[in-house]
Order: sequence, then C-alpha cells, then structure tokens
Amino acid sequence: MTTHYLVLSALLFAIGGVGVLVRRNAIVVFMCVELMLNACNLAFVTFARQNGNLDGQVIAFFVMIVAAAEVVIGLAIIVTIFRTRRSASVDDASLLKY
Amino acid sequence: MNGTIQAPTIEYALLAPMLVVFGAAIVGVLVEAFAPRYLRSAIHVPLTLLSLAGAFALTIWQAAAKGIPTKAAAMGAVAVDGPALFIWGTILVLAFVSVLLIKGEDHFVAAASAVPGSAEEEQALHEGAAHSEIYPLVLFAVGGMLLFPAANDLLVAFVALEVMSLPLYLLCGLARRRRLLSQEAAVKYFLLGAFSSAFFLYGTALLYGYAGSIDLAKISTAVGSVGGQDTLLYIGAAMLGVGLLFKIGAAPFQAWKPDVYQGAPTPITALMASGTLVAAFGALVRVFWVGLGGLDWDWRPVLYGVAILTMVVGAVLAITQTDIKRMLAYSSIAHGGFLLVGVIATGKAAAQNASALSGILFYLVAYGFTTVGAFAVVTMVRDAGGEAWHLSRWAGLGKRSPLLAGIFAFFLLAFAGIPLTSGFFGKYAVFQAAVSGGALPLVIVGVVASAVAAFFYVRVIVLMFFSDPAADGPSIVLPSRGTAAVVGLAVLATVVLGVYPQPVLDLAHSAAQSLFVR
Repeated sequence: MTTHYLVLSALLFAIGGVGVLVRRNAIVVFMCVELMLNACNLAFVTFARQNGNLDGQVIAFFVMIVAAAEVVIGLAIIVTIFRTRRSASVDDASLLKY
Repeated sequence: MNGTIQAPTIEYALLAPMLVVFGAAIVGVLVEAFAPRYLRSAIHVPLTLLSLAGAFALTIWQAAAKGIPTKAAAMGAVAVDGPALFIWGTILVLAFVSVLLIKGEDHFVAAASAVPGSAEEEQALHEGAAHSEIYPLVLFAVGGMLLFPAANDLLVAFVALEVMSLPLYLLCGLARRRRLLSQEAAVKYFLLGAFSSAFFLYGTALLYGYAGSIDLAKISTAVGSVGGQDTLLYIGAAMLGVGLLFKIGAAPFQAWKPDVYQGAPTPITALMASGTLVAAFGALVRVFWVGLGGLDWDWRPVLYGVAILTMVVGAVLAITQTDIKRMLAYSSIAHGGFLLVGVIATGKAAAQNASALSGILFYLVAYGFTTVGAFAVVTMVRDAGGEAWHLSRWAGLGKRSPLLAGIFAFFLLAFAGIPLTSGFFGKYAVFQAAVSGGALPLVIVGVVASAVAAFFYVRVIVLMFFSDPAADGPSIVLPSRGTAAVVGLAVLATVVLGVYPQPVLDLAHSAAQSLFVR
C-alpha cells in the first residue's frame, strides 16, 4: 500500500528535478527545489510507516525547518539580484563563464 | 514501547568546541541587534577570533589531555573521534586565518540591498555603514563545518551541510566591488547548492527506507544483512554521493566552483577553498567508509572514474584560464581529485585504511594553508576597479614587487607539489597510500595530471618574472596587519610542512590510527 506514496514521492522529485533544469526564472527554479525537498519528506514519512518507527516523521520536521531557512536565504539573494538587474532570469546572469 | 522515556545524554565537554563557535555566533547576532553601529565591529572581531581560538584550545585539550573517545557522543549522533578532532583543529586554524583576512581590507559591500551606483548606496558609503553581520555568518558557517565531518547520522549531516552552506551563499553575494559578479555567484551557488542538497536528502530517505535507520553504523550493518531491497540501497548511496561530491567540487559536479570562487569576495573564497573543502572531505570519507563501507566493491569503481575525471578536468581546464581566481578554482578542483585518490586507497586492512586516512588529513592541512595564502596575495594586487584578476595584469609583477611575486610563486610551486614545499609531502602521502592499496593506474593518472597542472603554475611564474610590466600595471597595496599575518603564516606553514613535515605527519597518523568510531 505504501508503495503508491513512494511512487508519488519519486514522481514529485523527478518533476522538481526536471523543473530545476528547464525553467528559467530563478524563483520558479527555487520552487522546484522546494518541491524536491517535499518529495523527500513524503518519502521519509512513508518509510517511517513501512519501518514501523518514528524516525522518519521526526526527520520530516527537521527538513521543513531547513527548507524554511533556505527560503529566507534564497529569496534574499534572488531579490537582491532582481533589484540590480531588473530580471530574475537565470539566463541573464551570465557574466561568469569559461 | 513501555511508556518510559529515557532521558538522552549529551557529552557537553566533547561537543564544547562546536558549542563555543555556535554560542559566539548567537552572541554576534545579539550584538548586531543591540549594540550601536560604531561599536559593532569593535566587538565582533575580538569575539570571533577569541571564540575560534578558544574552540581550538578545547579541541587540543580534548585530544591531548582527555584522550580520543571511543564512542560516539550525543546518543550516537556526533562522532568526536581522532579524524574528527584533527579536522576540527584544521578547520579552526584555517577559519581564524580567514577571519584575519576578512577584517583586513574593505572587501565587503556597505549595504547589500542598495542597487550599485544608486543614491542609496552613496549614502550608505557616506555614512560609513558596513555589514558587520559578516562575522556571525562566518561563525555559523564554521560551526556547520565542524559538525559536518563529525556527523554520525545522515540527518545531522544534512542539517550541518545546510548550516555550513546557507551563510556561505549569503557571504558570496557581499563583495564591495564587481557587485554583479558577486550577486551572480551567490545565485548560482545557492540554486546549485540547494539542488544538490535535495539529492543528498532523497538519498538519505532511500537509505532510511532500506536500513530503517539513518545512523551510519546501523546502515553499515544493514548493508550486510538486509536483502531484497538493493535498489533502494544503490540509488540511495548514489544520490548521497552526488550531494557530497558536489560539495567538494568533483567532476562532473564541478561547474559551480570557478564561478563562485571568482565572484565571491576573495576572503570568503579563501574560507570556502580551505574550510569547506576540509569539512566536505571529512564527511565524504566518513559516509563512504563508515556508512557504506560494506558496499565498497560497488562505490569504488565509480569513485575511481570520478577521481580520474576530476583530476583531468581540473588540470586541463586550468590551462585555458585567463583569470587568476578561476585558475585557482580549477586548481582546487584538481586537488579535490588528488584527495579522492586517497579516498579510494582503502583496503580491508586497518593499517592500509589508517595510512590512506592520514595521507588525506595531511594533504588537507597542507593544501588549506597554501590556498588561503594564495588568495591573500590576490587581495593585495589591485587595479583602479578593485583586485586585478586578469592574468595579463600580473605580467611583470616580479619586477614591480619581487617579494610578493616571490611569495605567490612559492605558493604556486607548493600547489604543483615541488619538493621542499608542503604540497610535495601531501601528494606523496596520498599517492603512496594509493600505490600500496593497489590503485597504481590512478596514481599514474594523478602524476600526469600533476605535471599538466605544474605547467600552468609555472606559466604564471614565468609571466610574473620574465615579461615586462605594463605601464599602467596594477598597484600593490600595503597589506594591513591582518593580511600580512595571513601571508606570513601561510608561507611559514608551507615551508615548515615542506621541510620538516614529520610532527604533523605523526599527528595525522595518530589521529587516523583509531579510524572512525562507529
């Protein structure tokens, strides 16, 4: 029964991963990363059920907190670059190369 | 479940170095909130330096007076063992030196939120505003660096990874000059770093599903006993590997490194190139040897390929660089490859593992000091618009300032691994362990890559000493006491470790002797 949840979690993770690779807006890329973290949470909770211990559920809380901290840092950085460039596209930020 | 809850035990004395650093970081945040602006730097600098020195003293005291613990602390979550103590000492000294560099010159932006060239920024500059938050951020990053290599379960490792990385993402974006480059570096580092830590976390989830625990020791026992779920194990281990290899900048996950090293303020680059690399290698070795040790027939060939690719990519792409910081970044990638040779050089025998581990530990110390020194020299060669990064600007530096160019040439020779420098013994220790571990082909690739790398180091030396200086060449700023101390210390460490490495080799060996606690 729990297999369905694991499949869903893998799908969400894959959608997030593809999103990071193909989307151009830094905010959307970042949202895709968050989707990947949530996919991890779903996997943790499902495995906790499967293994019959609570570790996975506790880990999910830690992950949520880390994700929240990451949002604070990420939005600060993206907003700063948006203010200077008037664009949040990751294609425009191309001064550093080769 | 019998209804009683066992109170957890926490060995505060063992964790004291980390607690001191985190405590000082929190005090730093309070200073930021309550102290008047003109006092903040005056409080932050001594607080940061004293806490790092105090944590170092506690680490030494633990190792020398109280002996190396044989059991993991904090209910098995944090393993303060020989290698962890050695790595802590290394990171704390390197962080101390980097903080001297950070306070040395005005490397940081006055107001990060102000658009470059705007009236807002003018005003912030005029008022003499400064981001004194840098010091607490550095302390949080250093605290994460201490926790990461000592983490004995994967959740602690993940949290430590984030505590280490998040402040660094911010610090990358705070350069005073070339703001666009700096902000771009921060965005790239952040997005790629968050992406890779998501992989690390999914790997953790899969290993938790496989073993029913995130404890490295329990995963290790499960590898031998749990059958029928190998898919979870293999995919989980691979994803964990992606997260860790990203942090050390191994190919094919090296793309962020040159961009971030170039764009970040140079003192922060120095901290990342030394401290983060040391911490990430400590964690990588612990996860692969302790947690996935039973799986080594499977991960060894993969790391074999990654090590070869990393050495070749780092050494070959460094040749084509025209920017001094990018060149040092590619050189750091190549050095990551050399260190991976040491990770592979493990066998079943404990003596072989200890010699490989002590080689890695010595290499990390030697490389850490040299790289901080090299970036310190980069901060001193200035143009009108800030540091002179382009290699053509470094032409003829030896005629303009023989001392500085000589010191930089010495660091480059140490990177190349010329005898009588620390780099030689670092490479020797790692390659020797690899040869006795049966990885001879890898060592041959390593030696060839070192030779290729030596070519571009020598090219810079030739450029500095045997070409004519440009008429409007860069000026050498008179270093502040902090920067001068950093360069002096780095030269001293590179010479001493190159001429008389025995004490540090012995120390690394005795730290590695006990291997990792489980």
